[in-house]
Amino acid sequence: MSLAQQNRPSVREWIKSGEPVIWLNAAAVTISALAVIALIVLLAVRGFSHFWPNDVLQATYQLPGQAAVPVMGELVESEEVPVEQIRGSGIAYDGDAAFLKRDLIKRGNRDLSGVDFGWYLDTYLTDISKPAEVLVLERREWGNFYGRLVAVQEQGESVVDVAANAQLAQQELAQRLQRATDLFEQIRNIERGEIGSINYAMEQLRLRGRALDLRADEMTAAAMTDARAAIAEERAALDQQYEALMAQLSELYQALNRDQIAVAAVDGREAVIPLAKVVRAYYPNSMSTFDKLGFYFAKLWEFFTDEPREANTEGGIFPAIFGTVIMVLIMSVLVTPLGVIAAVYLREYAKQGPLTRIIRIAVNNLAGVPSIVYGVFGLGFFIYIVGGNIDQLFFPEAAPAPVFGTPGLMWASLTLALLTLPVVIVATEEGLARIPRSLREGSLALGATKAETLWRVVLPMASPAMMTGLILAVARAAGEVAPLMLVGVVKLAPTLPVDGNFPFIHLERKFMHLGFHIFDVGFQSPNVEAARPLVYATALVLVVVVALLNISAVTLRNRLREKYRGLDM
Amino acid sequence: MERAHAPSPLPQIDSRARLRRFKDLAAGWMVSAGGMSVLVAILLIFFYLLYEVLPMFQGASVDPVTRYPAAAAVADEGAAAPLLLAIEEQAEIAVRLDESGRAAFFSVQNGTPLRQEQLPLPAGTKITSFAIDTDASRLFAAGLSNGQLVLARHDYEISYDAAGVRSMAPALVYPYGDTPLELGDSAIQTVAVRDASKGLMVAAAIDGRLEARQWSKTRNFLTQETQLKEQPLQLPAVDIAPDYLLISPDQRLLYVIARSGDYRVLDVRNETLLDGGRLLRSGKVTEVKFLLGGVSLMVADSNGRIAQWSVVRRGGESELTEIRSLTLGNGAVRHVIPEHRRKGLIAVDGSGQLRLLHTTAERELLRQPLEGAPVALAIAPRANFLLVENAAREMQLWSVSNPHPEVSWSALWNKVWYENYREPAYVWQSSSASESFEPKYSLTPLAFGTLKAAFYAMLLGAPLAICGAIFTAYFMAPQLRSKVKPLIEMMEALPTVILGFLAGLWLAPFVERHLPGMFALLLFMPVGVLLAAFAWRQLPLGLRRLVPDGWEPVLLIPAVILVSWGTIELSGPLERTFFAGDMRSWLTNDLGITFDQRNALVVGIAMGFAVVPNIFSIAEDAIYSVPKHLSYGSLALGATPWQTLVGVVLPTASPGIFSALMIGMGRAVGETMIVLMATGNTPVMEANIFEGMRTLAANLAVEIGETEVDSTHYRVLFLAAFVLFGFTFIVNTIAEVVRQRLRRRYSVI
Repeated sequence: MSLAQQNRPSVREWIKSGEPVIWLNAAAVTISALAVIALIVLLAVRGFSHFWPNDVLQATYQLPGQAAVPVMGELVESEEVPVEQIRGSGIAYDGDAAFLKRDLIKRGNRDLSGVDFGWYLDTYLTDISKPAEVLVLERREWGNFYGRLVAVQEQGESVVDVAANAQLAQQELAQRLQRATDLFEQIRNIERGEIGSINYAMEQLRLRGRALDLRADEMTAAAMTDARAAIAEERAALDQQYEALMAQLSELYQALNRDQIAVAAVDGREAVIPLAKVVRAYYPNSMSTFDKLGFYFAKLWEFFTDEPREANTEGGIFPAIFGTVIMVLIMSVLVTPLGVIAAVYLREYAKQGPLTRIIRIAVNNLAGVPSIVYGVFGLGFFIYIVGGNIDQLFFPEAAPAPVFGTPGLMWASLTLALLTLPVVIVATEEGLARIPRSLREGSLALGATKAETLWRVVLPMASPAMMTGLILAVARAAGEVAPLMLVGVVKLAPTLPVDGNFPFIHLERKFMHLGFHIFDVGFQSPNVEAARPLVYATALVLVVVVALLNISAVTLRNRLREKYRGLDM
Repeated sequence: MERAHAPSPLPQIDSRARLRRFKDLAAGWMVSAGGMSVLVAILLIFFYLLYEVLPMFQGASVDPVTRYPAAAAVADEGAAAPLLLAIEEQAEIAVRLDESGRAAFFSVQNGTPLRQEQLPLPAGTKITSFAIDTDASRLFAAGLSNGQLVLARHDYEISYDAAGVRSMAPALVYPYGDTPLELGDSAIQTVAVRDASKGLMVAAAIDGRLEARQWSKTRNFLTQETQLKEQPLQLPAVDIAPDYLLISPDQRLLYVIARSGDYRVLDVRNETLLDGGRLLRSGKVTEVKFLLGGVSLMVADSNGRIAQWSVVRRGGESELTEIRSLTLGNGAVRHVIPEHRRKGLIAVDGSGQLRLLHTTAERELLRQPLEGAPVALAIAPRANFLLVENAAREMQLWSVSNPHPEVSWSALWNKVWYENYREPAYVWQSSSASESFEPKYSLTPLAFGTLKAAFYAMLLGAPLAICGAIFTAYFMAPQLRSKVKPLIEMMEALPTVILGFLAGLWLAPFVERHLPGMFALLLFMPVGVLLAAFAWRQLPLGLRRLVPDGWEPVLLIPAVILVSWGTIELSGPLERTFFAGDMRSWLTNDLGITFDQRNALVVGIAMGFAVVPNIFSIAEDAIYSVPKHLSYGSLALGATPWQTLVGVVLPTASPGIFSALMIGMGRAVGETMIVLMATGNTPVMEANIFEGMRTLAANLAVEIGETEVDSTHYRVLFLAAFVLFGFTFIVNTIAEVVRQRLRRRYSVI
């Protein structure tokens, strides 16, 4: 037998050696790893591309035996469909191709045509062009508008006609839109900020009045009258402020409603759109790459900092990001001490035996209990039992409206603190286990008590491990949705849980959350097709946040391991 | 210790030492308490869930509130026997109608008479038969000895005075006028009445003959008055004694039942006989009442049995079928009173004992002896009070606590024959718009859906994870391992809402479009990998040496991508060749398999993906920490790496792999968001991979926000949570115990 032959055993021997199975095992690793990467790539591609201003196509669509219709819109995606399916849907295709390309086109103009997406067979799309003058309007209602500008109007009277001077009309539109946007911003600030504060103060006054009613038999008549007078006075002052603001608002609204534009859709239908309803107006086919880049970042900025519009299918996700962060912060404050103490008990204080074994089983069970069960527990125990009693004891004046007896920020944080407790315990325990015994013994030998050793020596050394645990807990909490649906997350919160009104953090308020936002927009939205790109973008944000948190936790843990490797003897 | 005896020369240091000792002790206590809090937390969850669940399985209770002589309430010493005893909604006022046609309203709580009224009976007649329409409409019909019929309603008008205090004015009202209707010329022996928005129907037995009338209603727009217009009705003759007459709520069916147990069902609309037969094998019928909703008849007999009969449609034939029976024993059943809002009933058995029963749950909630023989009973609409009049003409008021009769072990887990169903079935349907809805709380379809989802997830996830773990722990180059492990563990941190959303919005349509490709992939992937491996082996040794051992996964990247891409591209041609261009319609039309876009296959892929990291990391740990000297020994004796793995490493690590599978299973069972988003959430019991399911967890997420606190539905959902908790608790505890054992074994070896 030659050496070469030895290197190449027969197929039977190859199979017998187990080699093929090893390769199959290797393939399992490859598939798992590729799946993770593919998932992230998919999210990134779909999420990032959403904000890019695509070119708008104009074409004529004529199915065999039907009248030609003009089509205008953005190409969203294309797919190959077997001819049988096309024929099955009643289209008499007479060519001999096996597959036909089908395009999904976003046509917008939901107010005119009812549906803003449509599938078109590529073969029947003719005269495809990208006219430079196509105008896209991003509106506050009814989604995008695709068409051409006809005229800029003021109080219904035409100011500039495109037919007369296209250049001027575009300039006029840009200027007037800027003005309308500024006015809109002012109105929103007044409504949200100042009027919001007044409403809040009014509500507080109402509750104070109600509390007085409840305490009527404990107070003297004089004190009662005084208190009531004080409330009435404050209310009068607030009413006055309110009137002033309303007057200002009505003026602003009048100014806002001054301008309109007349536009024409591709099928020739005309519409008048008030500029108050327009967020952006742009001409994608005549934009340079640089313009598009600018547009892209403006949209990205809006996505991170603005509020959602149109049932969450447009606009930004700022309240969801904010809600997630606040919830996670409060949860961290709750979970860290408890988790660390439990870990210290298991590692430093308890005698290893049946009890610690049982506690370890409990920790593992806490980690394994389905998260929805935590939600059910939080809803029943925290909200209805604990919250209901808090309401009875401390907020009798708010009845029958619940204060803490309803899902809210505090209960969501508390529920998630319970859920993430094992994560903190396990990570901290691992950190404590890595601290060499000699350090503790040294401290004890110098006369320190056990508590002092713990506080001065052990815990500072274990702090990176605690951080690791906390970061992992935060990552878990940021991605958790099922329990939050029951204990405090809503699809649209009117106010943020933190604002300028005393006591600034409103633990009883409901809040928005990135994970739930994905679920809600993706599955409960009236227009799923339009919302989809936004869901990808939101999912990407969530994945990036969670992945970054995890990577930092892993890095921290590895660094800690390296640090103590030298000390461990 | 000695210092405590002699005063210290340095009192300051002494006090500091004491403070330090105190701090040390306090810290110890605090930390121990903190450690225990974990135990407390898990016990709290356990006991809290139990606390919400247990009330469902407790029986009912009745407590005597008060008693008073009927004569006082009716303000008449020689009061005749009662025909009707009823309580209004608030359980404040009761009405008692006797044979002489006198209606007395009185206070339920103390028997104070409130109002007396007399039915407009013609002189010299008396009431010979009596029937009520429904408890909710409060309309009743009194058949007279002269063949006439009086229709009236006991009514309670509620008004509020200036201070917001409620007052109630009871009265009899005559919605169709107070002139009696003429049905015949001799005494009406039995009567039935049905009133609906469309029309009114009355059936009566006169001289053993069946007499039925139907009126349609028209409403005068100006006066808002209802006018009746008689419709001709010609029913077929019946050959049995019409001892009990009942009209279905849609006025479509007329049930005629004889005391002997013979029955006839007449189709009123087609004026034909629908079905006939016998209800009993022996004995006599003692009472027939509609259950709430008027779909089922509750037939009580002299053998102490109450049977539920309902018209069941089988292959175009409608047949009155016994769908269940409740055996009371103790001789003939004397009274059957259905509840007003639930499918429960109150019965008095032959020995005068009160029974609280529920049909769907087939449950007896209470058995309580009553004093004296009851002659009339009334249950309050909210089922919170029971008024009993006994033979001694004494009224007894009982308060009833019966919050959750609908639930029993059999209702939760066994097949139940629900009304309007062809056969017993497992159904979860917790609510409906209809008031007479029969809640269907079978947890079986949900548990089945949970296990189905977990099964398909494990089918995909377990082999991937374990094979991956074997390779990573045993064959992989260390540098590569330090990269791959964190990557796969990062999968664990991926929020499941993202997996769910991708599964529902991207994967489900993708799978639907490339169905043949998805299945071909299962076959092509291993073949493709093996071919790639074989091809690699054929390369010259010099080239192969460039890639060190343990880097096979990297080599396979192009192969895996190529096979996946190629198979998906091949999907279209495959579909055209084998399935006439559309596999979906081929499945539905040729194989008769239902296809949902969001189905178990999609869930299996998405959730399989989610459980991979859980199983992977634990299994990998178990394999990796098998003491190295074991495998070195095996290799030194001449075994190949593969033989060592199969013969030495895997047997040693198998408990660890087992616990990894358990934990993966626990995760798959409890996962909510993926299932919620990637299936249609219909609670069906089908193992079909192309159909969806509803799992316990998803059901909780969907329904618990909308239930009334402490209602039966709320508690059943808590039971579902408890079942989930219990299942994962068992699975996790087994896994953890196995792992603890394994760790100790490794440390011994």
